[in-house]
This record gives sequence, C-alpha cells and structure tokens, in this order.
Amino acid sequence: MNLSQAHLSVRTTCPYCGVGCGVKATPKGDGTVEIAGDAGHAANSGKLCVKGSALGETVGLDGRLLYPQLRGADGLRRVSWDAALDQVAGDWQAIIAEHGPDAVALYVSGQLLTEDYYIANKLMKGYVGSANIDTNSRLCMSSAVAGHKRAFGEDLVPVCYEDLELADMVVLVGSNTAWCHPILFQRIARAKEARPEMKLVVIDPRRTATCELADLHLPVKPGTDVWLFNGLLSYLARIGAVAPDFIAAHTRGLESALATANVECADPLEVAKICRVDPAALMEFYEAFAATAKVITAFSQGVNQSSAGTDKANSIINCHLIGGRIGQPGMGPFSITGQPNAMGGREVGGLANMLAAHMDLEQPAHRELVQTFWDSPRIADHGGHKAVDLFKAIEAGTVKAVWIIATNPVVSMPDADQIKRALAKCQLVVVSDIVQNTDTNDFAHVLLPALGWGEKDGTVTNSERRISRQRAFLPAPGEARADWQILCQFAQRMGYEGFDFDGVHAVFDEHARLSAHQNGNAPGEVARVFNIGALAALSRNEYDALEPVQWPAVRLADGRVEVSQRLFGDGRFAHADGKARFIATTPRAPVNAVCEDFPLALNTGRVRDQWHTMTRTGKSAKLADHVAESFVDMHPQDALLHGVREGELARVSTKWGAMVARVQHGGGIARGSVFIPIHWSGQSASDARVGALVNPVVDPVSGEPEFKHTPVRVEQFRVSWHGFILSRQELGLDAVAHWTRIQGRDFARYELAGRNTIGDFGLWARELLGVDGEDADWLEYEDRSAGVYRAVHLSEDRIDQCVFVSPRQDMPSRAWLASLFGKERLSEIDRVGLLVGQPVEKGADAGPTVCSCFGVGRNTICEAIRSQDLSSVAQVTACVKAGGNCGSCVPEIKKLLVETLAEAAS
Amino acid sequence: MKPALVVVGNGMAGMRTVEELLKLAPDMYDITVFGAEPHGNYNRILLSPLLAGEKSIADIMLHTREWYAEHGITLHAGDPVEHIDRRRRVVRSAAGLEVRYDRLLLATGSKPFIIPVPGHQLPGVIAFRDIQDVETMLEAARSHRHAVVIGGGLLGLEAANGLLRQGMQVTVVHVTDCLMNQQLDKPAAQLLQKALEHKGLRFLLNAQTAEIVGPDRVTAVRFKDGSEIPADLVVMTAGVRPNMALAQQSGLHCERAIVVDDTLQTYDPRVYAVGECVQHRSATFGLVAPIWDQARVCGAHLAGAGHRRYVQQTSPTRLKVTGVDLYSVGDFIGGEGSEDLVLRDPRRGVYKRLVLKDNRIAGAVLYGDVQDGPWYFGLIQNRTDIGAIRNHLLFGEALCAQAA
Repeated sequence: MNLSQAHLSVRTTCPYCGVGCGVKATPKGDGTVEIAGDAGHAANSGKLCVKGSALGETVGLDGRLLYPQLRGADGLRRVSWDAALDQVAGDWQAIIAEHGPDAVALYVSGQLLTEDYYIANKLMKGYVGSANIDTNSRLCMSSAVAGHKRAFGEDLVPVCYEDLELADMVVLVGSNTAWCHPILFQRIARAKEARPEMKLVVIDPRRTATCELADLHLPVKPGTDVWLFNGLLSYLARIGAVAPDFIAAHTRGLESALATANVECADPLEVAKICRVDPAALMEFYEAFAATAKVITAFSQGVNQSSAGTDKANSIINCHLIGGRIGQPGMGPFSITGQPNAMGGREVGGLANMLAAHMDLEQPAHRELVQTFWDSPRIADHGGHKAVDLFKAIEAGTVKAVWIIATNPVVSMPDADQIKRALAKCQLVVVSDIVQNTDTNDFAHVLLPALGWGEKDGTVTNSERRISRQRAFLPAPGEARADWQILCQFAQRMGYEGFDFDGVHAVFDEHARLSAHQNGNAPGEVARVFNIGALAALSRNEYDALEPVQWPAVRLADGRVEVSQRLFGDGRFAHADGKARFIATTPRAPVNAVCEDFPLALNTGRVRDQWHTMTRTGKSAKLADHVAESFVDMHPQDALLHGVREGELARVSTKWGAMVARVQHGGGIARGSVFIPIHWSGQSASDARVGALVNPVVDPVSGEPEFKHTPVRVEQFRVSWHGFILSRQELGLDAVAHWTRIQGRDFARYELAGRNTIGDFGLWARELLGVDGEDADWLEYEDRSAGVYRAVHLSEDRIDQCVFVSPRQDMPSRAWLASLFGKERLSEIDRVGLLVGQPVEKGADAGPTVCSCFGVGRNTICEAIRSQDLSSVAQVTACVKAGGNCGSCVPEIKKLLVETLAEAAS
Repeated sequence: MKPALVVVGNGMAGMRTVEELLKLAPDMYDITVFGAEPHGNYNRILLSPLLAGEKSIADIMLHTREWYAEHGITLHAGDPVEHIDRRRRVVRSAAGLEVRYDRLLLATGSKPFIIPVPGHQLPGVIAFRDIQDVETMLEAARSHRHAVVIGGGLLGLEAANGLLRQGMQVTVVHVTDCLMNQQLDKPAAQLLQKALEHKGLRFLLNAQTAEIVGPDRVTAVRFKDGSEIPADLVVMTAGVRPNMALAQQSGLHCERAIVVDDTLQTYDPRVYAVGECVQHRSATFGLVAPIWDQARVCGAHLAGAGHRRYVQQTSPTRLKVTGVDLYSVGDFIGGEGSEDLVLRDPRRGVYKRLVLKDNRIAGAVLYGDVQDGPWYFGLIQNRTDIGAIRNHLLFGEALCAQAA
C-alpha cells in the first residue's frame, strides 16, 4: 500500500440524521481523523452541524466490540467467527425445524447501509421464509411510509431539499429542525434571510429552538394535529382555495375526506379550542396557507410517533392535494427522516410489512417477481411482527431467537423494561454491534463485532431520495466485519445459496437490478417508481466513484440516465389508476389520556448534540457540553404543583416504568406537558432510560409507537447529598443512587446524588475512586457535620480524580477542575485551588513571613516603612502589627528598618 | 520622696509591666529590680534561635543595663530576692541587700519541671529555661554526640531542633503518642513529626523514662520497658511549674500559683504579681500574649490609673522551628456540640482544622499553611458568626473576601 494514501481525504456520508450530509474525512498519521463538510455534496454543500463536525472524536476504538463472544456460565468469552456463526446457524436451524420460520426474527436498524439491509431482508423473506424482520425505523418514520403508501400508492417523498428554499412558506410540523436536522434548518434560514417575505410556521407543542426563526408558532396541544389539518382542509374547501382540475384529474376520495373533516373541524374556533391555540394565530396560518401556492409542509417524529401518526401524515398530504400543492418546485409534503438510512431500509423492504424494492408482501404477483428474481426456495407470504409486537412475541415465547443488529432496543423501544423481560426469556439473543457494553448487549448470548462508520462501505439514502456512498477510510478494527458479510456468512452456514457476493458493490448491483426488474406497465410487470436500474452493473471502481444521486434513476431505452429531482410533476401517482388518494382522517386523541394519577403528558425527543443512545456522540467531550445530563423540562407552575424544583432531581413515572431526571424550566413547554430526551441509557446514567416510561401504544396502520404522549407523574426524588466526580479512570458507581456519566477531554465526569448517609467520607471516596495506599497524593476537605466533602487524587502532580460532595447543589463549577485534566503538571497555585474548586488568585506578594504572630510578610513591612516614613520598631508595630506580640521578629524588623532607610537615603 | 516599687524578677513579664508603668507615669516610683540571672532583660522566647545559632545574645536583649540607668531604675542582676517581710514591707536578696517597698511586683516566672527519676541530678541533665542552659547545651554540642530531649512539647521540640542544628544527634522522648499534645491534634502532630524526622530528629513516643544512667555524668536514658538509648546530654522539657516559693514563704495566698484578681493584685493590696507565676481565675499562663495583657493592666494599676481589668483571651501558639509552620489556638479538640472543618494535603504538608461551636470558631490547628491563623484568631476573639462564609472559611480570608 502506498503510504501517502493514508493521508488522502475520503468523501463519505454522515452517519447521523436523515439529511445525509457529505463528509470529507482525512485520517491523520497520529490516528486522528480530520473532518470537513463535502462541498461537492448537494445536501450540505460543505456545511456540517456540530455533531457531524465532531465525528473525528467518535471513531476511537475505546469501548469497541472487537471479537465475537459467546455467553457461557461465567459470562462472555471470546470465540472465533466460525464458532460464533456455527452456534447461531445451528440454533436457528433447530428452532426453525421445530417451530417454523416465524419463530426467528431480525431486529435491525435505520443505521444499516442499504447493502446490509438488503441482505438481511433477502435472508429473512426469501430464505428463512418469514417476514419477521423489523427495524428501529419502525419507531421513526413508519407512519410517514404508511401515509405515503395510502396517499400515493408507494412510499414516495415527492420533494427535494431545494424545495425548502424555493418555497414561499415552510410549515414545520412536529419537527425541531434546528436541533435534529441542523443543515436543513440552515438552508431554510439562509433562504429566509435572502427572502424575508418567505414565511416560516412551526407547529409544535414545545417552543423549540426552531421557533426562534418562525414567523408563527402554533403550540398545539399534543396529539391534535389531525384536528388542525382537518380544519385546514375544511377551511380551504370552504373558501374555495382548491384546485378543481387537479382534484378531478389526479385524485380520488376528497368527498369522504372532507366530510370526515367537517364533522369536528369545520369551525376554526372549535379547532383552535381543541388544539389549544390562539384562534387568531390559527386563522393566520390557515389564511397564509390558502394564499400561498408554494408551500412545503415538512414533518418529523412529532407527527409520526403517534397512535394516529399515519392519519396525521395523511391529513397533511390531504391539504397539499386539495390545492394541487405537490409535484412542482417549492411545494409538497415532506417527511424528514431521523436516521441516515431509513430511506434505504424502505427501498430494500427491510420492514415486517414490506417485501423488497417497494413491493408488497400481500401481492402474490410481487412475491412471485421477487422470489423468481432471487431464485429463492421460498418467500414470506404474510407480514411479520412489527417492532412492538415482535418483542411481545419474544416475551410470549412464540419468537424464540432474535438477532439484533445496530440498534439498542432496551433503550429505544417503548415500554423498554418489557424488552428486558423479553430478551431475558429469549432462547437465543444475537447482537451485532460496534460497542462492547450496551444495555441490550447485557442480554446477548452471542455478540458479533460489526464495522462502524469510517470502516464500512456501502450506500445510504437521505430524506430527498439521494443515494450517497459511505466509504471506508479506517481499517477494520479487531475482527469486526461488515454486517452484510456477517449475514451472508451466516446464510451460507444455513445452507442458503444466493449469498455469494464478491464485494459490497455486487450486493448493490443485485439491489439495483431488482429495482428495475420487470418494472414497467407491460403485462406481467409490476410498475414501481423506485427504480435505480441506471445504477446496476457498476464495476467495483464505478461503484466506488458513485456520486450522490437521487432516485428514481432510470436508464432509458436510448441509454441515457433519467434522474427525478422531484416526483409527481406529471400528476401521475403510484396507485394503479395513477391517482392520489385523499384519506378520510377521523381525529383521535392519544390512546392513553392523562388522569389523576398520571396528570402530565410526556413528550420525548432529541437534544441538539447527541444522537440516539450516545454510543458514538457520547464519546465526544465537545458534544457533551451542550446538555450534560438527562432532564425533565416542565412548566414552572407544574413544577410547583408537583413539588419539584428546577435543578433538583425528580422521579418521573408512568404505568410502565420510572426514571430520574433533573428538573429544568426551558421555557418552551406549556403547562400539562413535560419533555425528556431519549439519549441516556444504562451505560451513561443510573436511571435515565425514558423508553421505560413510554406507553407501548402503536398506530394501527403503521405500528409506530406513541412516543410523544404518555401520561406521567413527576415527584420529588429526595436525595441526601449531591456530588460530582471527574476521573481519568472509568468508575463503577452501582452503589450510588443516581449518576450520569459525561464524557470530558481526557476524563469522565460523573454527576452524582445519593440517598444514603455517608459515614466516613474519606473511606467512601477512596473506595469509590479505587484509591488505596497511604502514599497516594490525596487532598481532602471535610466539613463532616455539614456533609461537605471534597477530595482530589493526583499522580506526580497531575490531577487524576476528584470528588465533591455536598448536601446542597452549591458545588463549584466543573469547568476549572475539568481544565486541569489537560495539564501534565499542576502548578502550586493550581494545587491550592483544587479543593476550593476554583482558581485562587495570587494575592499581593507579602514576601516571606517576618511576624508569624500576625502573619506579616517582609514586603508588607518594607512597604510600610517606606510609605509611612517609619523609623522605629514601635512605629512598625503600630502600623502593621508586626512585632507586637512575642517580639521574636523585632530583631528582623530592626534590620529591615536599617536596610530600608539606607535604601531610601541612597 | 517618691514611693518605692520593688520588682522581683527581671524577666519579660516584670519588665514589660515596668515599661507599661513608665508609659503612664514615668516619674511616679523609685524602681528597684532584682533578677536571678546576671543579665539585663532578654527575650526568653528567642532562646531557641539562640541555641540554633540563628541569633546572638545581643539580638535577644530587650533591656540593656543602659536602659535601666536611663530610666533611673536600680538593677540588681544575679541577686535573687530570698525573703519578703510583708509587715515591714522589705525584701531581702541573696546578697543580703534589703530594700523597702511601697508597692511590690512579683514576676518570678516559672521553674522547669525536672522529672524526679533516678539520676536526674547527674551532670549533663538540664532544663531549657535561660541563657545558662543554652550555654550548657552549646558546650555539650561541641564535645558530645548524643542528646536526649525529654518532653515533646513546644519547648522540647525547639530545644531539639537547636541541638540538631548544633550538630548533635537528637532523640525526643515523649510520654504520649502525639507531639505537642497541648496544642495539636493527632493528624497535625503526625505531620509535624514527619517534618522533623525529615530534618533529622528521632522520636520515641509512648516512652516512659525510668532512669537517667551514668557513673558521674549522664551516659544513657533507660525506659520502663528496659530499653536504653545513649545520652551525653539530657534536656528536660516536661513542663514548668509556677515559681511561687517566695510568695508562699511570705504568706501570700497561693493555690497552683500566686492568686491574683482582675487587677493583678494579690491578697496583699501592696503586692502585685504578673506572668507565669500567677493564677488568675484558676488559669495559669505560659504564652506571651496574655502576659502582655497582664502587664498592661498591672502597669495601669501601679500608675494609679486603675480603670483596666485583665480579661483572659485565647492565645495562639506557634512553633519557632525554621521550616515548620504551625499555628494552634483555642479549643482545637472539640467535642460534644462542636463541628470540624478539616483540610488535608499531605504532599504539600498542609493540614488545617477549625473547630466550630454555634457557628463560631472555637479553635484552629494550622500546619504548613498558617497564613490565615491571625485571621481565624480575630474571628475567635470577635466571636464572629461564620455561617455565611462557612463554605469558604477553611480556604482562607482572601477567598472569603472574593466570594463575599
């Protein structure tokens, strides 16, 4: 290998949100990676958000899962790949033989690459013969998928990012775009800066960072979106803001949709009341929508994660169809996905109710097409378990083996404690991951090391249907392998043919060919908009060089490639009759209403600088600064009502589970609701898995859980002490009632709170920090009766650890102490400040002590002699006290008098 | 003719009182001073640096003979008073000199306590009280090697340090497990011990001296457990006893010392007493600060400006050993109802402890970083409520000011 190659930049794609930004990664000789935006990528034109910029901090190998492991009686032990895969294949064969193919399942992830996803789906549906493959995308955008399919006949996002800039009005619904899709938000912001008349409307129960730029914020009551958009539909029809020709030529079902909407939502005043928004603001929105042709309504998890998520999506799409606001630049409904390859997963059909290449399980013709193409022994003919049902089936014992890939359901699923129960009962839990310790791995019988970002190779599809390459720029660590490879090797052990690929490009090629296979309107063919036939038959080099491209990408008869930036420009939709459907959406409140016992509605979501369960972003000290700990954001009045105080810990509980979080008044939340972020797991905090609280209620169509509405109770979590630790070493804090781990530069920070009484602080602290030996350089401060304790552990003048404890939250800022971890040696003045927890100012230099009785230094005395013209010891004593007690220093003072006076005379 | 004031004791307490008196009433008395030592008045506190070679006798002199002459004071140095006839108001010195008094000031100080073990009278066994003792020690240091200091208190450690500086190999023998147990808690004492060991001192703690061994001069010290260490010089620094023999002989009321009232007057209205020989409200004294206060009050009363009253104050202690910073004041042990603030930084050699009672500082032990000692002392004296600064208190005055 040419050495200089090690320093070449590699163009790849960010592994976080669905925007899919291009990234330029440059591995340095010292093991670090320089990260920059890829100016040539259409999604971001060289810009990166803070998470993307910090990618270089997340590629280190600490904490990585590097070898296959099998759980024995005494825990996990390292085994060979052969042993691990033989074990899994043997168990699967036995289970399938005895209980049928539906007794095994894959639970995968929107963070898999398309090729991984393709193989997983092919394996399950074409070879195992079960559709028991579902994905965490179920938790994310399956409602949007279902909405698209109902309205358009296929899971199609009609718009592209540029439309956000071309629109005259952007409506963001249930989307904290500023935090969750920062680059898209910046594009909107820049467009609005250029054209201030462009209107931005945010519909969100919370006043999020996204609202800062909004012309109008409608803080709707959680779960009332369908009322709002039914009301809009009704209003548009009433005032005649409709496109009769478009409706007649390209749609069906308006009458029934409108009739349904009119039942409850014909009166905007009534709608305003139900949605709990200012009627004037509501009318402003309705009127602006009616008056603007180029409207984009972008929606995210606030819409999707609901027991009425699919209806919400359709109620939005209805409003676009009625005025024909679709298919042209600057308009259309726009589902912005949360994961880097949610879209790719949908393309390959990697969900329990899909087949492959946008074909349907229920359609015999589709099944036949796919099975023939695969030449597979069988094909699943009925839907598999969707995520929530899958884990219920595991707990019930009907699914006996589950293979979890690239996701952490013990943290991310609703009723997450049920996932623990299910996995604990499950006969065989296989987990493919890049991290050794996760909440889910605790339950694994087999752990398989996968490649992480920077090591893996393949494609992802972003929210605007743009396929981009993720390229490897780091070597595979340990024995880690690509997920598609692991699955292929497993499939071969299962005796399946069709998994013999000579590279990831070959997998992509098969996927591309399938998308084009019999894709037309001729008899025996199945027409699909998803078609990337133009990308088939790429050589390895061509695949490697593949530039970001939107689908459909069709090779025309004349050999030219036709790429569609936006869809439905011709008014043709993917239903057999070519027409879009209005869907009648009867508004439904969230399934579980708040009640006396659980009087507040829990909303969950992301914070700006973390991603999912923090297995990667959690490694970055830079990203930890923004939000260090989990929190429960609530209205001050609710806090008062429930006896909790800002900055203190609260126990938040539901019928399903409980957690502890710090109370925060972010100012963005209305009375009656609380918000808790999703990122903290059992690895990063003692008790902050919000998934455990979320009701396992799902949308009847999409199966997507209702993450945005669970009735909760908030109570004081009484603790007897607070504390924090900064430590270069990782610590086990099982004995502490509440802790959160925060990554710092060269250290981990732990925020602590305890309910016990600490007897001997010194003993306790040394044990907690693992410091033994009399010789340890250990500083401590103790005010035992006040319960205040501080200790610092140094090694060769370098700070190693520190712990601060107080019954109140009156501890010093962590910032200065944290900064000391960057120093190889502490200076004397730093050391003096350690137990104070803040820098100590170097006072005026009094000089060496002359009078120890009164602590008077030489410089002080000389200064007094000079400035006050003193000539006797008695005068010095009268002036600065020195010499006034024991008189030991009188001779020295005499000497100083002589010297100073002589000096003055000369 | 002026009334006569006779001062018995030419030490720091007596002469400070005379100074205070002279400030108020320079010409009121004919003053006669008797002293046992053949010097002018010197600063006894500086005997340690004198022994250590850090200071000369000239450095430590407080009042030279010229000073006495200047102020018209008759000094009989080296001629102690042996008898007081209170009826006749006459004192008689060892040399047989008789002087009449109208006012008598007793400032006889204290006597070192020599543990009466067998051999305690052997040559080479001395106390550490005056210039003569220092000279004996310097002499021993020139010709002998092994010194044993019995008593690990303030004075003993200063003596030991001085002898060490003079090149002797010094072992400090202490009866408890904790040096300076009158002024230090255990952690501070251990730090001190470590620091002094580092300087070269040796320590035998929990050691009960049984006998001082030697044919005609001390050669060893033997302990109750039978063990023995070589000794060419034994310095007894096991405490002092108020020197009240003269007062007792004259029939003045004495208990543990000469009993005085708030004006430093004894039971005889013509007789005053100050310094280490007095007992005031059941307390006796060894540190300089309260004695200065006594001198001020007593001087005022002798001057006839009788409006002052002696009030006992806590006094801080410091160790005068170069390189060891140590400050101790008040109730540093605490107990029921008291609270502790403790800071330990052994590597830097810093230990600080404050004892709090009712939100006020009751005592302090500072080791290694004594800069804030006087500040804490002030807070003790002023009974300052430290509730508001408790969190920063132990980190010092500068930080408390910064935080306020």
